[in-house]
Order: sequence, then C-alpha cells, then structure tokens
Amino acid sequence: MASSEPARPAGKAVSANDLGGALDKLRAILPKSKARAGSGIPARKVIRALVWARRFAQAGFLGVFLWFLFQTAFRGTFASADTRVRLPLPVEGFLLADPFVGAMTLLSTRTVYRGLLWSLVTIGLTVVFGRVFCGWICPFGTIHHVFAWIFPSRYGKGSKRVESNKTSPRQRVKYYLLYAFLAAAAAGSAAGGLLDPICVAVRAIGLAVIPAAQYVAGVASSGATATGVRALQSGADATGDFLARTVWQSKQVYFHQTWLVGLLFVAVLFLNRFIPRFWCRVLCPLGALLGVFARFALFGMEKDHAKCTDCNLCLVHCQGADSPQGGVKHRQDECHMCLNCEAACPEDVIKFRFLPGRASTVRTPDTARRTAIATAAAGAAMIPAARIADVLDTNYSSKVIRPPGSVEEREFLERCIRCAECMKVCPNNALHPAFFEAGVEGIWTPILIPRIGYCEHSCVLCGQVCPTGAIQKITEEQKLGVGMKPVSIGTAFYDVGRCLPWSMATPCIVCEEFCPTSPKAIWVEEATVPKRLPIAGQDGKEPEMTTVHVQRPHVDPALCIGCGACEKVCPVQDQPAVYVTNVGETRSKTNVILLENTKYSGS
Amino acid sequence: MADTSRRDVLQRIGAAAAVLGGAAVLGRARWDQGHPFGEGTRDRPQTRDFRLKSGPGELPQLAVATKDTDPASLVRKAVEALGGMKRFVSRGDVVVVKPNIGWDRTPIHAANTNPKVVAEVVRLAFDAGAKRVVVTDASCNEPNRCFQRSGIWKAAYDVGGEIVLPAEHRFRTMRLRGEVLDEWLVYTPIVNADKVINVPVAKHHNLAKYTAAMKNWYGTLGGRRNRLHQNIDVSIADLATFMQPTLTIVDAVRVLLRNGPQGGNIADAKDLHTVIATTDQVAADAYGCRLIGRTPEEIPYIKLAHDRGLGTMFWQNLRLAEV
Repeated sequence: MASSEPARPAGKAVSANDLGGALDKLRAILPKSKARAGSGIPARKVIRALVWARRFAQAGFLGVFLWFLFQTAFRGTFASADTRVRLPLPVEGFLLADPFVGAMTLLSTRTVYRGLLWSLVTIGLTVVFGRVFCGWICPFGTIHHVFAWIFPSRYGKGSKRVESNKTSPRQRVKYYLLYAFLAAAAAGSAAGGLLDPICVAVRAIGLAVIPAAQYVAGVASSGATATGVRALQSGADATGDFLARTVWQSKQVYFHQTWLVGLLFVAVLFLNRFIPRFWCRVLCPLGALLGVFARFALFGMEKDHAKCTDCNLCLVHCQGADSPQGGVKHRQDECHMCLNCEAACPEDVIKFRFLPGRASTVRTPDTARRTAIATAAAGAAMIPAARIADVLDTNYSSKVIRPPGSVEEREFLERCIRCAECMKVCPNNALHPAFFEAGVEGIWTPILIPRIGYCEHSCVLCGQVCPTGAIQKITEEQKLGVGMKPVSIGTAFYDVGRCLPWSMATPCIVCEEFCPTSPKAIWVEEATVPKRLPIAGQDGKEPEMTTVHVQRPHVDPALCIGCGACEKVCPVQDQPAVYVTNVGETRSKTNVILLENTKYSGS
Repeated sequence: MADTSRRDVLQRIGAAAAVLGGAAVLGRARWDQGHPFGEGTRDRPQTRDFRLKSGPGELPQLAVATKDTDPASLVRKAVEALGGMKRFVSRGDVVVVKPNIGWDRTPIHAANTNPKVVAEVVRLAFDAGAKRVVVTDASCNEPNRCFQRSGIWKAAYDVGGEIVLPAEHRFRTMRLRGEVLDEWLVYTPIVNADKVINVPVAKHHNLAKYTAAMKNWYGTLGGRRNRLHQNIDVSIADLATFMQPTLTIVDAVRVLLRNGPQGGNIADAKDLHTVIATTDQVAADAYGCRLIGRTPEEIPYIKLAHDRGLGTMFWQNLRLAEV
C-alpha cells in the first residue's frame, strides 16, 4: 500500500488533501468493487461480520472434523509400557453432538448412550437460532457448500441458479426419510445412519477418500524411489513419514467393497452441479430433524415485501432454498441461517432478528400428513421385511464376526449407525463395512475379516470410539479375561487338507506362534510322518520315502477367542488352512458350540 | 473432389502417415516379446557385512556379564570387556540398533528386548561418537503398539535415539540369493548404516527351540514372512549370511522359557540377569541356548551357520570373559 502512494518532497507535512488524492488514485488502480444493484443500500455491518464469522466457523469445524478423522488412529506415543492405549481426542465428537443419532438410538434402545447427551446442545442451538448447525457447523454441509460454489456449470448460473435455489417440493423427501428412519429405529434398527450426514462423511472420507489418497501417494512414492535420484528418494521418504504420522498410517489400508461408499459420495457431490446443496435440501435426515425443531427458533427472518424489487440477489446466494425473496413466505424449517440473503439484499427487505414477526413465515415442514404416516409405516415395515430374509434368526452368516465388546446382534442392529469410526480406528485394518454378509439390514455394519487383519489382542479402541454403544467400552482386563472369561468373537477351525503339517509333511505352526492367548488356544501334537521325496527314484522307480518330524496344530475351542491372528498369518495364501467363524462369540447365548458356554456370563 | 486442393490432400495424407508412423515407432520401442520363463541367475549370496575389519588382538571374543542385577550395568560391563564401544563405533557413524520389538507385550513378558538394555546400547553408541543412532525393527504385531508397549520407544527416545517405525515405503525388494531366501522385501533402515548392533532377546521358540541373535534378522524382512517357518533353520542361516553385524549384545536379563516366541504368561519367564556381548553371532546363540537348557548341537540353524563359516558354534574355543 505504502509504495503505491505518490512520491512527495521530503520533510513536508502531509495534508489531508494529499492523502485523499492518493486514495483516489489507489482506488483507480484497484479493481472496482461491484456496485450494489437497485437502491444499493448496504447490508448492516453486523450481518456482514456474521457472514464472515460463518465462513470462518465453517472452515474451522470442517478442519476440526478432518483433524479428528485423521486422529482416529493409534500412532504410538512415548508413554510408558504400562500406559493404556487410548486416543487422547474425542474423535467421535461430531457424532455425539448429532441429534439424529441420539433420536434413533433413543427410539431403538429407549436410552441415551453416554456422550450422546451432547446432542442436546445441537437441539438447544436450533431452538434458539434455527438450523445454524446446517449452515455453520456441519462439516458435510460445508463440503456441499464449497462444491455448490465451485461446481455449477454454465447451466447453473444466473437465472438458472435463481431457479434452482427456489423452494422445491422435492425438499419434502428429507422429512419423509426422517420419518421412515425414526420409525425403523422404533422397530429395532438404526439403519438411518446410512444417510446421517456425519456418518456419511466419516464413512466416505475415512473408508474411501483417505485410503485412495494414500494409494496414490504410495504410487507416487514408488515412482520417486524408482528414479534412483537421491534427493527425490529422501524427499519421498520424508513426505511418506509425515503423512503416515498425520493423515493415515504406515500401512496401506483396504476396505471391503468400499467402492460403493466412494461412488455414492462422488455422486452426491456431483449433484451440486445441478442443484446446489442437493444433499442438504433433499436427502439429509439430520437437516430434516433440525428443520422440525427450527419452528421454535427465537431468531429468524422478517421481510418487508413492499420494498422488494424482485432482483433475486437473495436467491442467487441462498443455501437452503428457503424462499428468502419477497412475495412469498420464508421457510424457517428450510433456512440454514447462512445470512447470505440479508447481506445480498440491496433494498432493506430482509432482516434477521430475535423474535421476528411471524406474518410472512412458514415454520413447519410442508409435508402431507398421510404421506408422512405412510412413509413412517414403510420405514417400520422394512425391519421385519429384512428379517424374514434368512440372515438373522436362521442361517446367520458365519462371516459376521463382530468387533470385541459388541452387544448381542439384535441390540447391535438397534445401536450401530454404520459410522465406520471403528473401522477407521482399527490398527490392523481388521474391521470392514459389511456388504450383504449381515443381510440388507446390516449393510456397512462392521465385520472382522481376519484374512485382511486380525484383532490385536490387547486393543480396545473400537469400543472407545463407538458413539452408540454397539461396541461397548470394554477394558483390556475384560477383553483379555483377567480374572474372568475373555471376550471371544469367534472360533478358529483347521482345514486339515490345506494345512502343511497335517497333510503335506511340512513344518509350519506360524498359527501357534501368533496365538496370543495364554495358555495358547492352539496346541501342537508332535508327529513323525512319512514324506515322499519330490524327485524320481533310481531306474524309473517311485520316489523314495523318508520321514519328517512335524507339529500338527489343534484348536481348543474353550480357549479360542476368535481374534483371527492364526488366519491372518497362515502361509497358505489364497484360502487359509485355519479360519475363524463367529460361533462361540461371547455376546450370543445361542451361537455356541460347547455345552459349558451356555453358562452365559455376559452383560 | 474438385474443391479439394493438392495442398489439402498432402496435408491430410501427411497427418495420417505421421500418426501411423508415430504409433509404429512407439510400438516398436516398447515391444514386449515376452519374458524368458525360467530361473534367474544365482550368484553368490548377497551380504551386508558390518563386522570390524581389524581383529580383536588379545581382547576377549565373547563376554558374559552376570554379576549384577541392573540391566544397564550388565551391558556396560559386557561391552567394556570386549574393549569398549569405541572399538566398534567411530566418530560420526550412523549406528543402527536392532532390538527385538516383535510383539505387543510388556517388558515383564520378556518377548521383546529389555528397554533398559536397548537404552544403554544407544547411550554407549552416542558416547563413542555416533552421529545418529537409529532404533528400529519390523514387528510381528501392530508396530505402534509393539514399540510403545515394549517400552523401547520411550527408553530409546529418552537417550536421544532415533526411532523408526516400519512403514511400507521403507521396504525394498532385494535379491538375497540365499539357499531358500532369494528375492525378498528388505527393511532398508536396518541395512543403510555404518554400524549395526544386534540387540536380541534370548527366548524359547516353539519351532526353532531357542532363538536370539540370528533369528532376530527376521526383522530385516517384509513381505510374507510366514512362509519362512517351513524351513526355519535354513531361513535363519540365510539371514545370518546376509546380515553380519558389528556387534551382538544378547539380552538374557529376563528369559522366556516356555511358549516362545510370544509368551504372554508372566510365569513363563525367569530373571537370569545375563548379558552376552560378542562379535560372533553364531557363538552368541551357541552360548545362549544353554541358558534355557539346550545344547548347540540340538539346534540345526546353529550348526548350519557354523558350517557356512559365519562363526563358531564351539564358543569354548573363544577367549571368554565372565564379568
């Protein structure tokens, strides 16, 4: 700035006139700020400040959300050997403050689990300020806000944009989804997590975006290494170390059938090209829930229709498609409280204030009662419909190995919101979103796939981050069974036809080595077995025989906890000779093998 | 046709010819005629020999410290008996200390190297003038847990050691050209060093019977290590051929006597208050296996390593210092 002021004789006092002339010249150089249309009445200072405050809040909350997501991982500390391994941050915080999660689990379990009481804060904010959560806080909303800003094609600008930002009947869909999911919750399933925005954000970014970025970074790193240039190699190493310490972990993670999670995320972002914030306006059940509560808001909009010139500037910038323009009633339940309309209005029409007049405001969702009842009934009916498919009461899949500390399957379905926090935090990449293994009702609930990763013996992090208690917060002592029965998630079985010591006269027992229990659930039987030499005998005779000493592994089902370490490390790569199924899991009274297991001692 | 000029015709034909020609040149240059499908060349085994070039003179070759209960002073005494750390580490060296950080177990389980032993080795290396001391291992269980709960992360950090956790980008494929180990992923932080000090823990192993020094080189490998058990003895001998450390310091302060290599029951381990220091990794294991009641002849990989000339299984023939 100083350099652009004109030079003047040294020592002379600067008169106000000189300075004014300099400023005028400066204004001539700088790009002109757009003149306000119409009467050009500037927006109130407080509103302009609040719009900026909102932008900073959005950036800040999105940053915190991503930081929490990156920190949903154990990366080791300098703590002493006996310190319990826990995450220092409340990484599941956004889910705890999510009243849709709170409402679903309240309806399904009739209780509010631990930290979910925080969702009252969000309700409180809504009752005072309207849907500020959507406009100021929600990280998924902010992502859509950004994409709706940078994405529109030439078909999404100007009058097209005005059209797309007018209130549309499709916005009722989210309320019907809300009623359906709440009724489904009352019927026993928290499947609404499939569409909860925080769950979607954690799941899509945690299970698809971050792993994909890690994969790309890995390819780039190998490329840099392959060049053989020392500087590039050490640069790639340093970058790799930094990213492994901050964003992801040292090993590439993979998630079972995660393509669908990623695809839906991309699709819903892409919709911003046609209808800004399609997700927030049309699909978001949390937004709908807050929309229901927004009718009580003490803060809101007042319009002076007489002054409106129909310039539609408010509509150009509207986030919620809540009819801010003159001539129609404002939709308080749809408004994200972004305040863009008042900041844009050049005619002094729109005023946000406490206890506004309600003459030109619609406060309740524009939904038809019969449709609402019908969708709720459909939601409730979904649950028995899903359960008569043979996946829960009968023919329960052996692959549904739930994380340690999980509650019994029916209660699990009442609690699990498929937020994927447990999958993200699992240090061994053992937990995965189920596809159809747990039935259509259990899609994206966590299952353990031992071939990809086993359950680390002393780790209880999945329970720590679970916001709804589907996985309870067990201690190491409970999991390991110090002075009690350990928590079992399944039982290992040998496929002796594929086992090296059992059928190929080859020593191995890596499974026994990795078995973490004490005494070990895998024990070995010493045996001397015949082995045919793999070369032809002399004079075309059959190959000669020899004997080999091997240790043949056995599982003790009374000791096996189903962690899957044996399955993970079995050297028979394609289809392991030892594998875990969920029978014998502590949480079930019926899914048991042994008679003594029926003396059930779980909670 | 009439309104197509000669220039236009030539331009179009020229463009088509250029595209076809370009494709032909690219195709010929990148033509893959198929790989010869057979065995690669098998030369002499690859080695990383970090041993001192100068002989020990009249100094002991095998030092066993037992007359103390403090792990740090046992280490100090054993290394002192071999001529002190200055003999092994020169000013400005990058020293890699390779403990066993294989399992998510705490020190009392004796499945990993004692953190006090590791810390003392790091301290001695710095005192001898090392520029950097890297402490690392490629763990069996989840590495972050292993490094923290073994106590080695904190202990090594407190004395200035640089702790490197195994990350995928740190493994490179190498041809080891061993008898059973040919092409494997090798953990580069261990082999990129001026001096390597092997700091294993002595313990029972259900398949190999006893393991310490030579078996500790499993931690230099990535990839599917689970196949090594099918021929564990030759695998260990191959690895000991590949990695020949400057110094071996065996932690036998607390020894896992049963249910190795992972243990898990405090009753399986016993305090023996012993540290073995030597430049001969074969002798280290030959001497060490007696601690859990084995003889070197019973343990095939010790015999194999002896036969390959990697060291001697007859530790009695070495100059022994008991301190």
